[in-house]
Amino acid sequence: MFPKWFDKWNADNPVNIFGPAIAVGAVGSAIFAAALIVTWGNPAQTSSMQTGPRGTGMSVPEFNVALAKADPDIANFDTADEPWIPEGDEDLAKDIYQNVQVLGDLTEDNFNRVMAAMTQWIAPEEGCAYCHGDADLEDYGNDDLYTKVVSRRMIEMTQAINEEWDGHVNANKEVGVTCYTCHRGEHVPSNIWFRINPVNAKTAGWSANQNRATSLSQSTSLPSDALEKYLLEEETIAVHSLESREAGVPGQDDYASIQDTERTYSLMNYFANSLGVNCVFCHNSRAFYDGGQVTPQWGTASLGILMVQEINNDYLVPLKDTYPANRLGPIYADAPKAACKTCHKGYQQPLQGLNVIENYPELASSEPPEYAEE
Amino acid sequence: MFNTYQNIFNQVLVQGNPEWGMDDSGELMKERTLKPFFSRLAGFIGNAQIGPVNANMYGIISCVCFMIWFNIVGFSFLVQVDWSVPELLRQLFWLALEPPGPEYGLSMPPLNDGGAFIIAGMFFLVGCVTWWLRTYQLAQQHKMGKHVAWAFAALLFLILVLGLIRPVLMGSWSEAVPYGIFPHLDWTTAFSIRYGNLYYNPFHCLSIVFLYGSVLLFAMHGGTILAVTRYGGDRELEQIYDRGTATERAALFWRWTMGFNATMEGIHRWAWWFAVLTPITGGIGILLTGTVVDNWFIWAQEHNFAPMYDGSYGYEDYGSYEAFIGKEN
Repeated sequence: MFPKWFDKWNADNPVNIFGPAIAVGAVGSAIFAAALIVTWGNPAQTSSMQTGPRGTGMSVPEFNVALAKADPDIANFDTADEPWIPEGDEDLAKDIYQNVQVLGDLTEDNFNRVMAAMTQWIAPEEGCAYCHGDADLEDYGNDDLYTKVVSRRMIEMTQAINEEWDGHVNANKEVGVTCYTCHRGEHVPSNIWFRINPVNAKTAGWSANQNRATSLSQSTSLPSDALEKYLLEEETIAVHSLESREAGVPGQDDYASIQDTERTYSLMNYFANSLGVNCVFCHNSRAFYDGGQVTPQWGTASLGILMVQEINNDYLVPLKDTYPANRLGPIYADAPKAACKTCHKGYQQPLQGLNVIENYPELASSEPPEYAEE
Repeated sequence: MFNTYQNIFNQVLVQGNPEWGMDDSGELMKERTLKPFFSRLAGFIGNAQIGPVNANMYGIISCVCFMIWFNIVGFSFLVQVDWSVPELLRQLFWLALEPPGPEYGLSMPPLNDGGAFIIAGMFFLVGCVTWWLRTYQLAQQHKMGKHVAWAFAALLFLILVLGLIRPVLMGSWSEAVPYGIFPHLDWTTAFSIRYGNLYYNPFHCLSIVFLYGSVLLFAMHGGTILAVTRYGGDRELEQIYDRGTATERAALFWRWTMGFNATMEGIHRWAWWFAVLTPITGGIGILLTGTVVDNWFIWAQEHNFAPMYDGSYGYEDYGSYEAFIGKEN
């Protein structure tokens, strides 16, 4: 391969090049890596939000690149659409239009304003026709389409969440929820869930509801039925003994088993992923059960559990027969259900704490809206 | 280039007639087992000679039991993925053979709801026990001390506590550890969480001390002996009864360092006890969990073992979510 003179020279001058080559390579790589970090900065820098007393290590870390980027859905929410302050002598929507069962106490201007906002939140492509069909304006009162019937119930749900679950949705400041909190411009909100349990047809009992990487197990080997058992069937989430000694046999006498604990752990895992946090956002991990050591967020989250149970059982599940088949669950044809991630979508606060209710007092209460005077 | 003294990674591989055992001719066992052979690869990390293996009756029972256990677990996995080998590989870390649910207590459940686990577990435990008997018997035949057997017995205790004694005391097979890679880790987490944080179990603390202590002692001892092999320190037994400069230097090194040195013999007792106490204390801790203590954090507070905070959490000073995401005005 090489000329003869080179081979000869090479043979006459044996040099061990491996030692120097390794040394030069190692030093060179180190300098290169150091230069990259110095010039471009550490790409994996993190910041932490303290959640517990100093010295306990309670904090929620996040990459700075993730913190620097606001939730992209915030920009698509129109906050400038302020309500028309009624003068008191306008006709109301229920007098003007046919079959207005909710939002009937709005003035015509505000009614149409809210309707227009809803199309932007839920069906920006189809507009009014998504719920009202191709009918003429006079026929908008018809309940022919399931979308309209579902929307009416969802408006009631939104009002109930704002009104009755104020302690959860407005825990830190006025934020509220509107259709957009879940829908984000889509007909069906992302991160809804259906029953998929059992996930293992070849086994029975506890074996059958775990050890599969599913959407409901957050890809872990933990049980896939946590949302169903806790956020729909309202089973007890807590598993701890509240005294140092408690007699009982696992799974009997209210004595929680290892299996119960794994299911609770699965739910907690879902919580953490839904909010982009970790255990110590709500708990002091040295005593998960201890209400005396939890953070203020624990109270907010506990209200959230009750709220989701009500949303599922009072609003979403009863709509099952209203939906067409393609909106139902793939396995059990069950109604779509909500949980933490349906609103939060990975953020501590949905839309990073954007006040969505400010300009929509019509959705804040089932009572006639109260408009703030300028 | 490298002509300095080294010993572990460049052992000279001497190959001749394999060594058969301690008898007159050196090949008394010749007709009773397979011929030992030499492996260059094994020679890089230890003795190049492979065999002879003394299977003995306990060894055969043990291997058969382990194989049955392995096959029950493996075929259970395979059934769970509809006999698809690619799926078995893809989901291997998630799959498990689970113990029965708590509703069965200590009764025999259906095969697909924990029954196979009970059978597999029985074979696993018989395999472990006979393996222990084997280590005892082989040491007996060599007229050795039974130190290895007793050390393995410490592990056997932990295994029996996890898979047999504690589930029986709790009155439910559901407390046993599943056979699966992620699932047994789920069990570990759930076990700690259910019983109020195992870190406050003093026997768990002791087990950690002995585990980390074992690691430290192993590193100190290995490092010391390697450091004095150039003076013959790797001939440890000779150094025990006929102390030479290797021992003197090693001992003085540690006295210089921390004022105290273990003896050439005693260091092995240190190491043995630390290693043995790791599973013994751990096993005691697990045995007490759920049977005697159900919430270790509360237990620790009752015994002045865990401090309570004074209550001044100071939440108002932590900084807000708005500040965290950079939206503070």
